This record gives sequence, C-alpha cells and structure tokens, in this order.
Amino acid sequence: MGDKKLDTYIAEGNLPYAFCPGCSHGKILEALSNSLKQQGLGPSEVVIVTDIGCVGLSDKYFVTHAFHGLHGRAITYASGIKMQNPDLKVVVLIGDGGCGIGGHHLLNAARLNTDVNVLVFNNFNFGMTGGQHSVTTPLDSITATTALGSTDAPMDIAGTAQVNGGGFIARATAFDKDLPDIIEKAMKHDGFSLIDIWELCTAYFVPRNDFGKKEMMSYMDGMQMASGILQETNRPSFQTSYKNIQKQASQQSPMSGLILDTKFSSNLEKPIRIVLAGAAGQKVVSAGNLLASAATLSGLWTSRRADFPITIQTGFSVAEIVISPEPVDYSGIVKPDIAAIIAPEGKAKISRLTHAMKSTGTIYYSDGLGEIDSEANILPLLFPESAKRDLRKNISALTAAFLAKELNMFPFEALKEAARQIQKPKIAEINLGVFAHFE
Amino acid sequence: MNNQQREMVDGAAAIARGALNAGCNYYAGYPITPASGILSHMLRELPKIGGIGFQGEDEISSLGHCIGAAMAGATVFTATSGPGLSLYSENLGLAIMMEVPIVIAISQRLGPSTGAATASAQGDIQFMRWGTTGGYPMIVLSPTNISESYHLTKRAFKLAERFRTPVFLASDKDTVMTTESVSVHDMEHTPDWPEIPNGVIGKKLDPYRVDGPIHHYTGSSHNDEGHITKDPDIIATLNERLRMKIESNLDELSLVKSDLEAGADTLMVSYGVSARSMEAAVNEIRNVGNKVSSMTIYSLWPIPEKAIKNNLKGIKRVIVPEMNHGQYLREIERLVDRNVELVGINRVDTILITPEEITGAYYGR
Repeated sequence: MGDKKLDTYIAEGNLPYAFCPGCSHGKILEALSNSLKQQGLGPSEVVIVTDIGCVGLSDKYFVTHAFHGLHGRAITYASGIKMQNPDLKVVVLIGDGGCGIGGHHLLNAARLNTDVNVLVFNNFNFGMTGGQHSVTTPLDSITATTALGSTDAPMDIAGTAQVNGGGFIARATAFDKDLPDIIEKAMKHDGFSLIDIWELCTAYFVPRNDFGKKEMMSYMDGMQMASGILQETNRPSFQTSYKNIQKQASQQSPMSGLILDTKFSSNLEKPIRIVLAGAAGQKVVSAGNLLASAATLSGLWTSRRADFPITIQTGFSVAEIVISPEPVDYSGIVKPDIAAIIAPEGKAKISRLTHAMKSTGTIYYSDGLGEIDSEANILPLLFPESAKRDLRKNISALTAAFLAKELNMFPFEALKEAARQIQKPKIAEINLGVFAHFE
Repeated sequence: MNNQQREMVDGAAAIARGALNAGCNYYAGYPITPASGILSHMLRELPKIGGIGFQGEDEISSLGHCIGAAMAGATVFTATSGPGLSLYSENLGLAIMMEVPIVIAISQRLGPSTGAATASAQGDIQFMRWGTTGGYPMIVLSPTNISESYHLTKRAFKLAERFRTPVFLASDKDTVMTTESVSVHDMEHTPDWPEIPNGVIGKKLDPYRVDGPIHHYTGSSHNDEGHITKDPDIIATLNERLRMKIESNLDELSLVKSDLEAGADTLMVSYGVSARSMEAAVNEIRNVGNKVSSMTIYSLWPIPEKAIKNNLKGIKRVIVPEMNHGQYLREIERLVDRNVELVGINRVDTILITPEEITGAYYGR
C-alpha cells in the first residue's frame, strides 16, 4: 500500500485547529500524520477513532477514515472495527478524561490485547468543560473542581495498561521529537498499544498551576514515571488468537434442532399441568424434559418451564410441564393438576401452588416431608421395591417413570425412547436402568 | 396434526438461529439472565462460520463493539435484559444518530432495578421506546412464542438493514427460557406476514474499507461529510429525516394478528407472553358461545395505529392484559373514543397472567 502514502494526512482545508493557542493537541496530530507518512499507509487503511473532549475534535483534521463517538468509549468502537476488519489500522485518540470514564474499557482492551493503537492526550484536566479535575490531575493541583488542591492519587494510565497485559506500552510527551517513531512502533505491534502522551492545557491547567513544559518534566521525574517504551510483549493479539478459535470451531457442526418424530400415540383428551418439585442436584429439570419429550414423541404438545434460584447448586428446583393434545398457549401453572414433591426445598417453593389445588388435583408425596396444607388428594410417591438403591441418585427419573405409569398420558415406551433420543448415551443408560424397575 | 414433526426448543435457541439465518456474523454481549442463553449460543456458533462472538467487559462495551463492527461491515446482534438495557442507553442514541443497523434482543425480567431475578415481566415496553436521548422513533418487535421468536428475529435484521437503525426484539424470560414442542413446519415457514421490501430507507452505510472511499462518521449533529455542525438548517434536516424515515413508513412497519368476530363488542389487545393467555381466554369465551375479538401486536413500536383503529370499529370495551402497570394501555387510550371502556389486566408479581383473569375481566367479575 506504500504507493498510496501522502505527504500529510492532515485535512489542510479544515485548518486552523480549533485548539487554544499553545495547546499541545496539534503537535500530537502532526506527529501522528508524520508517523502515517513514514509508515507509508494509504489514507483508507487508517481509521481514527475519537470520542469526547477537545481531542474529540481531531477527526475532522484527518483525511483518513474517522469515527467520533461517546465519551470514553472510543476503545470499544475501535476494537469492534478492528475485529471485523483486521486489515484496517485503527488509532484511538482519547483524553485523560476519556481514560477516566472509560477506564474499564482501557484495562480490558489491554487484557484482551485487541490490536488497536491508543494515543492518550494527557493534559491533566478536562479542557472542554472548563478545567475540572480528571483521573490524572496531580496531587494538590488547582482545577475548577479542586479549588483548594486535588486530594486524589493520580492514575498512571500507562502503568494501568502495562499491568493489565497490554502488548506495547509507552509514555511520551507532546514535545518528543521521536513521537512519530514511537507511534510507528506501536502501530506495527500486533496487539494492544498505548502511548500515554503528556501535554499542556494552556487554557486551564497551565495558568492555574503555573505548569509549563519545564514543570511537567520535573513532575514526571518526581513521580518516577519514565518516558519511553515501558513494555513490549509477544503475547498474541485477540485478532490472532481468535483466528485459531475460528479454525478449531470450523471443524464443529452448526447448532441444529432436537427433532422428535411422532412414534407413539396418546389418548389424552385435555391438557394436564404437572409440577415436579425437588432440590438442586436431584435432576428435576432433566426429569421434566423426559416427560415433555415422551409426550412429544406421542404426538402431544408440551411446554417445560424451569425455576431455580440463581445459586444453581443449592435450594429448590422446580419443573413445570404442560402436556396437551392441542398446542400449548398459556404455559403457566397456578393450580396444578398433578404435583410430585421429592424434597423439602421444592415443597416450600410450590406451597402456593399446592395450597391452590382442589380435590380434582393430586399430590404425589415423598416419605418424610411432613404435613402438607392442600385440599388435593395426597398420595404417596411409591416406587417398586427394587428401586430403593436408585432413590438417592435418581429420584427424579424414578418420579418421571412413576408419573408416566400412574397418569397413563402416553405409552411407557415413549419415556424410554425420550431418554434414548434426548440424553447423552451414558445418562440414557442410567435412566433406562431406572425405568426398568417399573416393568 | 399428530403426525407433524416436533422440535424441542427454547426461545434463546430460536432467536440465535434466527440471527444466524439472517446473516449475523458479529455478536457482542454481557451475561445476564434471562438473556445469557442467546450469548452462549452466539459465542459458540459464530466462530464456526468465521464470524466473531465476543463477551464485553460490560454492556456499554458490548454495544460499542457492535457499533464499531457494524461500521466495518459486520451484521451485528446483541441481547440483554432490563438492567443491561439501562447501560445500552447512550450507545443506542449513537446508533440512531450514526444510522447503524443493530438488532437488540431484550429478554425482559421483572424490575425495577435487578428486580426478581429471574421472573417474567413486560415492564420495559416504554423503556425501549424512550430509552435514549432525543425521543426518536424506535422499531420494536415482540414475539409471543418460539417460532415467532425465530421469524421475528430474522425480520428485525431486515428492518435494521432497511431503516439503518437499532431494532429491538422484545421478549421475556418465559419465551426465552421455556422449552416447548414446536412444529417443525412453523419453524421452517414464515407466518403470512407482508414481506419487507428491499432497499435502504435510511442513509446507506458504506463500511470502512482499506480500498474504499474515505468516511467520517459521528454521533454528533453532522453535515453530509460526517463533520460536526451547529448549522440549524442542517441539524433540522438531519433530525427530521431520522424521525420521518420511520414515521413515514408506518404501514410497512405495522405487524399484528387480528382475530375478529362479527358482532363482538369487546376487543382484547395484548402482546408477548401475555398474548398467549389472551388466546386461551378467547377460546374459552367462544367455546361457550360468547363473542369476543382480539388482536396480538407484533410491532409494538411504532404503534400500529391504523390496525388498532380498524379493529376498534363497533367496540365498546377494550381489555389489555400485560405484565406491567399499563404501559400499552396508555397507547390504546389515545386511540379510542371517550365512550369506550378500557380495562387493564396487570401483574407485576412474577406470575404470568392467567386465562381465568382475562375471562374474569370479560365477564366483569
């Protein structure tokens, strides 16, 4: 692409810059333009991504592609652009303000090592909004919002990107003659790069703190925040790593539906609403899937809702299954026809439902769960003698088999077929063993 | 009917498949129940087809990544729930202003705030409409079941592309997380909906390309070159175009299912998961010989005013079941004559509205 390079990447027709006299922003833009020139890039190979603050005005001064977005979010847009089109060189121009509000994006882009190039225009305060303090404002500095001096520890932007794994990290000033070279190195690095460029806000920070170039350099020394390249790693960029993921994934087959052909028939005449209530770890939802799938294999229509606490491995686990000769419209259950309760957690969770049940409903109830307050028929959940050994690990599958026998909604064979068709072979084998107790 | 092929599927899988079928090749999102199933499917599936699935560090970053990828030519998709939609707000405005096509699936859960994690609700209907600065029109589609989730997702991609704007697919916990038997025929065949015409109504988005023309895009008020302007005439023209590209195409955007019965003077209006309870109630009412009309709204925004007004002819009472405090009822209210009685059936307690509540309202109980 070298043949496309320009003498300058600045849109000269849009000059002069809208920056204050003495502001360093223009210097950094010139350094970027010179760097693009020495890299020999064509203007359409480069996207400059800016956001809010004075630096956000920069996009119109470039003849390259440009994107101007929301405060502190430039890195996210840039990363999205680069992910989709890795051939583009993506340069983020952002201020210290943007690095504050978008700090989360900055450190995560460094972690991700996404191949974008961040130039921080770090002038220690918010210029555009009137000189308020930012995350990099030095201790004791006077700003519009720290009239008696800032009390906050300043954020080390380069250091933050460095410790979070960013591939190429440097610190510089707007006055450095070698800035175009450092920018070139950063842009040629495969991975995240950031140059924390210190500079002067002549409208606010300089006059309020008597902070000129000399003072800035001695502040840099005093903070022991050296300029130059701070980190260069060989860690692969997100773009490189993801290519490998795509390569591996391309071997896998795409997602497809779990199609169940009607193999059995059913005489069910009206919908039946079943609630299975147990505890986490009892595979209640899996048993609900078996019942719903067996019904589906029998030409019925089903819905299976699941309810469990956000802490998946403790507390209740409830499956609500509607089985119907017609497609299910309303899939909720407030008054079940059938409830099967196998653990105290489930009993407590569905007490509202069991309480609502009338004598037309039936509750199948495990031993040892105490009294239950309901007008429904309450019957013991009885398993064949031979099933005792499966009680601890497979009580939900036992319950599914029990209900299949007891309610006669579909042939028992359908339950077995459901296990074969929807479950992994190993699990299906266990469940088929469980179902055998009922034959 | 018994010999039809059935598929066991949940809404998350249906939505993901709809997106993939529509040509989605970029997804960025952040985990949140009940939308996480969509995230998992997309992050697993996209690399298989050479696309990119990315989990952002938060919702702001996720939508930012989607916008960036779209500007570089990707067909993008994301999904979240109410708390994530709150964080999408600012970039939603950017996408409107930059005319970025993005499909956003919102799987609603009960709020406010983190609310009841995780129970169904329809509390974000007005939030989707008015969820960013400026009050510009939004396109929001809402499926009532799993096969519609699939087909409306595909439709959302077409609309986003045609109107160059974010499009919401508004579903809920129950539609996304409930597994159902769905007829394979219904998954494979689009319902009898009017086709979306080809062509672009919004500003054509020409992505950044290494060998393409130079583009400047901005989220600020801009001139044709994509540069910030404060010229009132230019700003007025831009903002009017952003509004009118949607508001002058209401007929094309309107999508409803009307089930009218001659002589009925009650019209039920619902959407999403509540429309299924409405359908059950309508069947019960008709089974005992009473008359009732109903309509399911698929295109929640812009409001399908013409279709609603058509169905209001001869209607003396409108019943609107919805899992919020009456967010759509207030829209119907604008459209009815003063002598029409309006009845809201509202639940915000984690429980789906039951058909009995709706028949109860019909019989004035």
